[in-house]
Amino acid sequence: MNASPYNFAYLDEQTKRMIRRAILKAIAIPGYQVPFASREMPMPYGWGTGGVQVTAAILGPEDVLKVIDQGADDTTNAVSIRAFFAKTANVRVTTSTAEATVIQTRHRIPEMALTSRQVLVYQVPIPEPLRFLEPRETETRTMHALAEYGLMHVKLYEDIARYGHIATSYDYPVEVAGRYVMDPSPIPKFDNPKMDNCDALQLFGAGREKRIYAIPPHTRVVSLDFDDHPFERNKFDHPCALCGASESYLDEVVTDDKGGRMFVCSDTDFCEGRRAEGHRGHLLGDEPAAREAAE
Amino acid sequence: MTLPASPMPAGFSDPVFEGQAAFRALMDAMVRPGLVVTAGAALAPPAGLMPAAAAAILAICDFETPLWLSPALQGGAAGPYLRFHAGAPLVTDPASAAFAVLDGRHEAFRLTDFAQGDASYPDRSTTVLVQVASLTAGKQIVVAGPGIAGIAELRIEDLPDDFGAQWQANRAAFPLGVDLIFVSGNQLVALPRSARLVGEAA
Repeated sequence: MNASPYNFAYLDEQTKRMIRRAILKAIAIPGYQVPFASREMPMPYGWGTGGVQVTAAILGPEDVLKVIDQGADDTTNAVSIRAFFAKTANVRVTTSTAEATVIQTRHRIPEMALTSRQVLVYQVPIPEPLRFLEPRETETRTMHALAEYGLMHVKLYEDIARYGHIATSYDYPVEVAGRYVMDPSPIPKFDNPKMDNCDALQLFGAGREKRIYAIPPHTRVVSLDFDDHPFERNKFDHPCALCGASESYLDEVVTDDKGGRMFVCSDTDFCEGRRAEGHRGHLLGDEPAAREAAE
Repeated sequence: MTLPASPMPAGFSDPVFEGQAAFRALMDAMVRPGLVVTAGAALAPPAGLMPAAAAAILAICDFETPLWLSPALQGGAAGPYLRFHAGAPLVTDPASAAFAVLDGRHEAFRLTDFAQGDASYPDRSTTVLVQVASLTAGKQIVVAGPGIAGIAELRIEDLPDDFGAQWQANRAAFPLGVDLIFVSGNQLVALPRSARLVGEAA
């Protein structure tokens, strides 16, 4: 007897079937935004209702769920969504990237390479890459139908004309499997190369905009660029102040009111894992036990 | 009123979890073309309908998805079974169907008979389930494309002789075209429209 007042994973079965059909179409047409009948969820638009619906539609009792918000497992959005599924689906939740089978993410891709048994579910605010260039859905739909993406290149070119380089640093448009230009959700462009030839399935859900799209594993994902201005991943001047990693995406954290700041890994699980292995950044204090032992 | 001669076989005994398991198998198959997955092992659908085909239809079809059954299946017990358990309306025009089931053991098929989608909405196409005798013997098909590291080899019995040409035409129309799911017993393998034919052998 199921004591929960909710159906498994909150959504009713008809809604799940509708979302599942959209997911299958999205996989068959990589990068194409499949319309779906997005439901109201018990959280506001903008909090990941699209990702939550995709997660709810694929989740099974055997799955282990991880939720990250800007790389962190311990921020409000991540904690709330994890608690939501722990309550409505009674699935095992984790903060470990390696342990998870379904990872719902807001605006980051984990640093650790994903595997073929994992699914990455993105929360997407605005799925249409051309939306800020052409506000009419009828027009952007035709542009996708004709693969007419010149406008996007004009936008990137205007960056070069104005700043001398492509200044777009997040939400950086990609071409999927040689056909559709796709919005990767507002991940930093640092993460774009991780989408290419990834071992894991990547699903994108936009609740307010009612779109689902996908990148199957081993799919070519190219960040748009020019021959003389190739795509560049952003680099950091410092290693992580806590774990010393030099190849991860860093967040700036203000530490006092005198201009003090530190740069730490945005992926908390990655950073904690490195510290557990003994890597130390220059601002990592001693553990109390270690200090006592030293005295 | 007369009672049917034999009672209708049961659908999913636990629609929530069996439906989820069947969908995940189907999703895995669609994500990795060539991967043979198992679905519907617990189902005993009526004669003519294979368990994996029944599981796939029950997991993703309902009143919103017009379903077309091939002539070989139309007259049998499969129609009433799927109509009752999935609630899907049965249609006679394959081009108006969201899903279609046909039996490759008895019928040749033409992919162009089904809905291809349109340029603005390529998702408005038919997903075709083809029941065949075997997914381990028969014609060899080699495909490449999204979801495949390198190439994937499929073996499918009962394919029409011109299948290679049909599939190349289907791929040439990308992003339009149909997605295929081949079923044998409680196994299935998928061929999404993104898969590119790179070789075939009898």
